[in-house]
Amino acid sequence: MPQIEIDVNGAHHSVPVEPRLLLVHLLRDKLELTGTHVGCDTSSCGACTVLLNGESVKSCTMFAVQADGSAVITIEGIGASDALHPMQEAFWKMHGLQCGYCTPGMIVSAVDLLRRNPDPSDDEIRAGIEGNLCRCTGYENIIRAVRSAAAALRNDESRHSVAELLPVGGSN
Amino acid sequence: MIPTKFEYAKPSSLDEAFALLAEHGPDAKLLAGGHSLIPMMKLRLAEPEMLIDLAGIPGLTGITVRDGRVSIGAMTKHATLAASEELRQHAPVLFEAANALGDPQVRNRGTIGGALANGDPGCDYAAVMLALDATFTVAGKGGTREEAASSFMVGMFETTLSPEEVLVGVSFAAAPASAYVKYAHPASGYPLVGAAVVLSMNGDAISEARVGVTGVGDHAFRAGSVEKALAGVRPSDRTALEGACAGSAAGVDVRSEPAAGAGYRSAMCDVYVSRAVLAATRG
Repeated sequence: MPQIEIDVNGAHHSVPVEPRLLLVHLLRDKLELTGTHVGCDTSSCGACTVLLNGESVKSCTMFAVQADGSAVITIEGIGASDALHPMQEAFWKMHGLQCGYCTPGMIVSAVDLLRRNPDPSDDEIRAGIEGNLCRCTGYENIIRAVRSAAAALRNDESRHSVAELLPVGGSN
Repeated sequence: MIPTKFEYAKPSSLDEAFALLAEHGPDAKLLAGGHSLIPMMKLRLAEPEMLIDLAGIPGLTGITVRDGRVSIGAMTKHATLAASEELRQHAPVLFEAANALGDPQVRNRGTIGGALANGDPGCDYAAVMLALDATFTVAGKGGTREEAASSFMVGMFETTLSPEEVLVGVSFAAAPASAYVKYAHPASGYPLVGAAVVLSMNGDAISEARVGVTGVGDHAFRAGSVEKALAGVRPSDRTALEGACAGSAAGVDVRSEPAAGAGYRSAMCDVYVSRAVLAATRG
């Protein structure tokens, strides 16, 4: 069984993986990081979105073995219950969720968007979360949440700066 | 959904990949970005016994513009194409297609070579490559061959790529007057119609047009009769433009599905081809 080296939320793991193990199952079942959700399991809904080397990816559509040597950030690495990331606070404040199932993926995508574009228009926010489906909110409050988090992050570069997570990816 | 068991290899050179392909024959599959193959494996529509990941082979990524010719490595991601200022300038048709396909997460993993080699009848790039009259570079054990995009695409999920070959890149002449316009399926985002147009202008009239269409037939095609009819047309003359674009899917076995029956799709094909022509003249 191949052995992979992977950093998840800053912690290093050396794990044997069956090649067919999906990244999302490594995260949830082996590393017990169940904040990353399996929604549609067909690359459509984005509930499983994580940052891979700083870029948002659907962890149901890659094998863990492909992430060998990579750094992954899950929703658990973005903030904690007692230290919410401004994006998490904004989703809470602006009612950007109802059932909450899509929320971890939605937040990871939104964080990725703001790192590339710190001051997005509503249209750019919509395009940025195009890969994430929400069946409850109708998206309007999610857009408000991202807009509000963008403003908060622009005003607070210090503590919860999105840049602190990882350098923005973009190399090939 | 769990794929069937397979072995995984990540060769660090094309020669290693060829050796693996030769050894495993039809039981092997090449993995690029995986955004078509992995979903198919999860549905068990593909059950390779050996998965050969191309991500470890150097030299297969990047965009180069030299002497008016654009070359793109097969493993270049959609996101790289979609963010390329060079591409926006030299081949807006491809820049626009890269931005119009999938979603941010898909664009961060999927590759141009993977999309083209897969031969999906809804591959956005397929129309673009036809309109650009692109050349595909295909590597095999015995060396490298070049093939025109037009002969590479054969049918639904069917190309001329042999099981022992690897698509390593595409190249084409820069085409600043070009555009891709797409009527996307509202749920899947795949094109019900995708129209790619490359123009040469003589003043405000078209001197030559190349038109590629995807999503309409079982594989992308050039709309030859429209190309002929567009010569001499001033796109600002809407009647002449729409007349030239009529019958763009003539002679094609047009796909029919609940979201778009064959008749509707053919009608929309004319509309989107004419919109793409207009969009290509803006530059």
